[in-house]
Amino acid sequence: MNENVLLSIENLHVSFYTLRGVVRAVRGLNLQIRTGETVALVGESGCGKSVSAHAVTGLLPVPPAKIEEGKIFFDGQDVLQFNEKQMRGLRGVRVGMIFQEPMTSLNPVFKIGDQIADVFRVHHRIGKQKAFQMAVDLLDKVKIPEPERRAREYPFQLSGGMRQRAMIAMALASPKPGLIIADEPTTALDVTIQAQILHLLKELQKDIGVAVLLITHDMGVVAQVADRATVMYAGRAVEQGTVEEVFSDYRHPYTHGLLHSLPGNPEYRGAKRLIAIPGTVPDLRSLGNECPFANRCSHVKDRCWHEFPEETTLTAEHRFWCWYPTNLKAEDAHER
Amino acid sequence: MTADSSERQNNNETIQEPSPLRETWLRLLKNKAAVAGLIIITLFLLLAIFAPLVSPHDPIAQDIEFRKSPPFTRGYILGTDELGRDILSRLIYGARLSMTIGVISVGIAMIGGVAVGTISGYYGGWFDKIVMRIIDIMLAFPYVLLTIVIVAVLGPNLTNAMIAIGISQMPRYVRLVRASVLAEKESDYILAERSIGTGDFELMFGSILPNSLAPIIVQSTLGVGEAILSSAALSFLGLGAQPPIPEWGLMIASSREFVTNAWWIVTFPGLATLLAVLGFNLFGDGLRDVLDPRLKE
Amino acid sequence: MARYILQRLLLLIPTLLGVLTIVFFMTALSPGDPARVMLGERANAQQLEQLREDLGLNKPLGEQYLIYLKRTLRLDFGRSIRTGRSVMEEIREHFPATIELALVSMFLATFFGIVIGVLSAVKQNTWLDYSAMIGALTGVSMPVFWLGLVLIMIFSVGLGWFPTGGRMEVRLFFEPITRFYLLDSLIILIRDGDPAYLKSSLQHIILPAVALGTIPIAIIARTTRSSMLETLRQDYVKTARAAGIHERRVIFRYALKNALLPVVTVIGLQFGLLLAGAILTETIFAWPGIGRWIYSAITARDYPAVQAGVIIVSAFFVGINVVVDILYSVINPKIRLR
Ligand SMILES: Nc1ncnc2c1ncn2[C@@H]1O[C@H](COP(=O)(O)OP(=O)(O)O)[C@@H](O)[C@H]1O
Ligand SMILES: [Mg+2]
Repeated sequence: MNENVLLSIENLHVSFYTLRGVVRAVRGLNLQIRTGETVALVGESGCGKSVSAHAVTGLLPVPPAKIEEGKIFFDGQDVLQFNEKQMRGLRGVRVGMIFQEPMTSLNPVFKIGDQIADVFRVHHRIGKQKAFQMAVDLLDKVKIPEPERRAREYPFQLSGGMRQRAMIAMALASPKPGLIIADEPTTALDVTIQAQILHLLKELQKDIGVAVLLITHDMGVVAQVADRATVMYAGRAVEQGTVEEVFSDYRHPYTHGLLHSLPGNPEYRGAKRLIAIPGTVPDLRSLGNECPFANRCSHVKDRCWHEFPEETTLTAEHRFWCWYPTNLKAEDAHER
Repeated sequence: MTADSSERQNNNETIQEPSPLRETWLRLLKNKAAVAGLIIITLFLLLAIFAPLVSPHDPIAQDIEFRKSPPFTRGYILGTDELGRDILSRLIYGARLSMTIGVISVGIAMIGGVAVGTISGYYGGWFDKIVMRIIDIMLAFPYVLLTIVIVAVLGPNLTNAMIAIGISQMPRYVRLVRASVLAEKESDYILAERSIGTGDFELMFGSILPNSLAPIIVQSTLGVGEAILSSAALSFLGLGAQPPIPEWGLMIASSREFVTNAWWIVTFPGLATLLAVLGFNLFGDGLRDVLDPRLKE
Repeated sequence: MARYILQRLLLLIPTLLGVLTIVFFMTALSPGDPARVMLGERANAQQLEQLREDLGLNKPLGEQYLIYLKRTLRLDFGRSIRTGRSVMEEIREHFPATIELALVSMFLATFFGIVIGVLSAVKQNTWLDYSAMIGALTGVSMPVFWLGLVLIMIFSVGLGWFPTGGRMEVRLFFEPITRFYLLDSLIILIRDGDPAYLKSSLQHIILPAVALGTIPIAIIARTTRSSMLETLRQDYVKTARAAGIHERRVIFRYALKNALLPVVTVIGLQFGLLLAGAILTETIFAWPGIGRWIYSAITARDYPAVQAGVIIVSAFFVGINVVVDILYSVINPKIRLR
C-alpha cells in the first residue's frame, strides 16, 4: 500500500436492518485519502455518502446499521476492530467532523466557547480557563470577528456562516488533526457564504496540512476545492479520478448527468442549464446485481440489467464502472 | 436524510399501496401495546354487553350465610363482600357502568368541544376571544377539583358525575380542534372550495374537521380511560354512584373498613379499574404512535 | 425577559378574576340554601330570613358579587359554617400539611422519574425499557385512592412498617412550630437531640407520598424518556460524539440538559395537580391537609370553606404554572436572551 495513504476504505458494505426491510446503503466502496489532500465524495442525496463517513468514525447507529464487510484503515490501523476507547482516540483526536446543518449541529444550551473548550478538555489536561482561551484563539483562526464576545454567545445568536465556522473550529480542536470529514458543509448556506467557508477550509488545510474528505452533491463545490473525486451512486462508486479527469474525461453517464445539472457553469455551456437527471434513485432494499443506474441511464442495454459493470482502469487514478461509457475524447476524434 | 429516503420508499410502493384505513389498521396490529390494549378493551366491552349472561350471580343478591367469603368459596370465584354479594358479578356489572360512563362522558366532552372549537376557530373574532378566555379559566382549575366542584354544585349522582367529567374534559378538544381549524382554514384546498361556493357549515364539518380526526380519536381513547378513573374517584368520595349500585369506585370506598381482614374485597375492584384504564391508555398510546407520524420513531 | 415575566404576571389577573367569578356563581346558583344548612332542619322561617339578611343573601346577585369580590381580594373568606372559625385561619392550619406532602411526593417523583426515563431512553428497546414503560403506563392508569388502600393493607396492616394515617404519633405530644412537621421535627432533633419526632413524621409521610407521587413519577418518566430519545437523535449529540467526548458525558451533560427543558414544565404542572389530587390521598391516609378539609367542606355544604378552598388551590395551581413558565424561559437561553 502507498506509504502516505492516511485513510483507506476497502470494499465497505453497510446495511440497515429496518422494519421495512434491509437497506443496503453502501455496497463495496473503495476510497483512499493521502495525507494533506482533499478528496470529494459526490452523489445525490441518499446514495450512502454520510453512511460511509460515519462508518469511518464509528458513528453509525448499531443497530439498525451493520457493517457487513470491508476494512477501514486509518494510519495503517484497522478502525473497524477498534473498541470504544480506541475509537475515541480517533474521533476528535485524529479525525474531526463537520456536519451539514450548522443550525442543529451545535448544542443550543451551551455557549460556543464552552462547547469548543470542552473538546479541548477531553483531549488535553488543561483547566477550564485555559481551554476557553484556546477556544477563543481557534475562533479567531477560523476568522470569526470579535472571538472573545462570540465565544460567550449561544449558537442561535450566530449567523449560519458563523456557526459553520464554529463547527470547523470544533473539528480543529483535536490535538493532532489528520483528517477532517466535512459532510455537506456548505449545503445549508447561501452562495457567497459557501465560497467563504470553502476558502477557509482550503486555507486551513494548507496551514495545518490536514487531509479533507469533502462530501457533497454539488460538482461546483468539487471543482473549487478537491484534488480527487469519487462519484457515488446507490451505495457504489461509479467513477473516480483526479478532479481534472472526472471533469474533462468522465466516462460514466451519471457523472455526465451530475456535471450537466450544474447551474450555468461556463465550462459546460454546451449543456442546458439545470437538467436534472430524470428518474429517482432506486429502492436500496430491492437492488440485485444490476447496474443501479440502469433505470435512469440513456445508454442502458440489456447487459446493464444483469451484471454490475467491471472496473475499467484508465490511469493510475482514473477508473469507472460502466458497460457502455461515454467517451468524450473518442467522440471528439470521431467527429474530426 | 430519513425524510427523502422514506419518500423514495413510498414511491416504490405506489403500485400496491393499501388503503389508508387498512394501512393504519395493519400498522396498529404490529404495535404490541395497542393490540394488548385492544384485547383488554374488547374483553371489558364483551363483559359489559353480556353482563346478565356471563355473571354467575345477581350482583345485588345477598347471601347472608356467606358474607365476606374469600375467593373460591362455594362458586364465589372472587369471594363475597360484607353483605354476601358476589364480587365477580358486581365487577362484571360494574364494567357495564364504567364503560357507559366513560363513553358518555367523552361523548359530551367531544361533541361540545368539537362544536365550540370548530366554530371558534373558523369564525374567530369576539366569539373566539370569549371562548378562549373561558377555556383559560377552566384550565385554571386542576382537573380533579373541577369535576368535584361541578358535581358538588349539580348534586351527587352518576348522571351529574358524567356531566362534570364531560365538561372538565371539554377544553382539550376545543383547543385541539381550534388549532387545526386555524391551520387548515387558509389552506389552498379550503380556499378553492370556498371559491366554488361551498357553505361555511359544510366547510367546517365536511372539509376541515376530518383533517383533525386523528388527534381527536387519540384524545378520546385516552379520555375514556381518564373518565373511568374520574368516575371511580367521584364515587369513592360519595359524589358519584350511590349504593347499592355496583360501581367500581363505590366498591373500593365501601371496602375501606376491610383492609385488616378481607383483602379480596379491597383488591379486586381496584384491579378491575386499573386494568380497564390501562387498556384504554395502551390502545390510545398505540393509536397515537400510528396516527401521528411526528411522534413515530 | 423582564417584559415577558411582567406580561405573564399581568395575564394572571384576568384568569384569577375569572376563577373568582366562576366560583361565586357556582355556589350562588347551586341548589340548597346556605341559611338552611347553617341552621339545620329545625330552624323556623323567621330565623332563616334573619340569617339571610345577615349574610347578605337577600341583596341582588350583582351586589352580592361585588361584596364577595371585595372581601375575597382582601383574603377575607368569612367564617366556616361547620366550626364558626375564620376560614382563612383554617386554611393556614391545613395548607402546610398539603404542601409538605406534595413537596415530598414531587421530590420522589422527580428524582425517580428522571432516572427511570433516562435509563429507558439510553437502553431503548431492552427489557429494562419495556418494563419501565409498562410500569409507567400502569402508574398513569392507577386509581390512586385504591393504591393507597393497598399500601395500607400491605405495609401498615400486614407488615406493620408504617402507621395507617395521620402525620405524627399522638403520644409524642407534638407542638408544631412551622406546621411543616418534617422541618419541625428536624428542629427538635437539632435543639433537643431527640430523633423520635423525625422518625415518626417520616414514617407517616412515606405511604401517602408514594401514593400521591405515583402518577407524577409515571408521567415524568414517560416525558423524560421521549424527550431524551428525541434529543439523542439530534445533530449536536452526533457532533459531541464525533469530537471524541465520552458517551456518558454526551448523555448526562450534552443531551440531558436539553432533554430536561420540557420535563421542567411537566414537573410544574404535576406539582400543581398534586394539590388537587391530594383530596383523595389525604382522605385515605387521614392526612390533615387542605384536600381533606375541602372534601369535608363539600360534604357538609360549608359554602364559605368550599369557595375559599377552591380559590386557594386554583390560585396556587395557576401561580405554579406561571412560575414554571418563567423558570423555563430562564433556563432556556433562546428565550432568556431574546
Ligand atoms: N438510521 C438509518 N436507518 C435506516 N436507513 C438509513 C439510516 N441512515 C441512513 N439510511 C439509509 O442509507 C442510505 C444512504 O444514506 P446517507 O448516507 O445518509 O445518504 P447521503 O448520500 O445523502 O449522505 C439512504 O437510503 C438512507 O435511507
Ligand atoms: Mg448525507
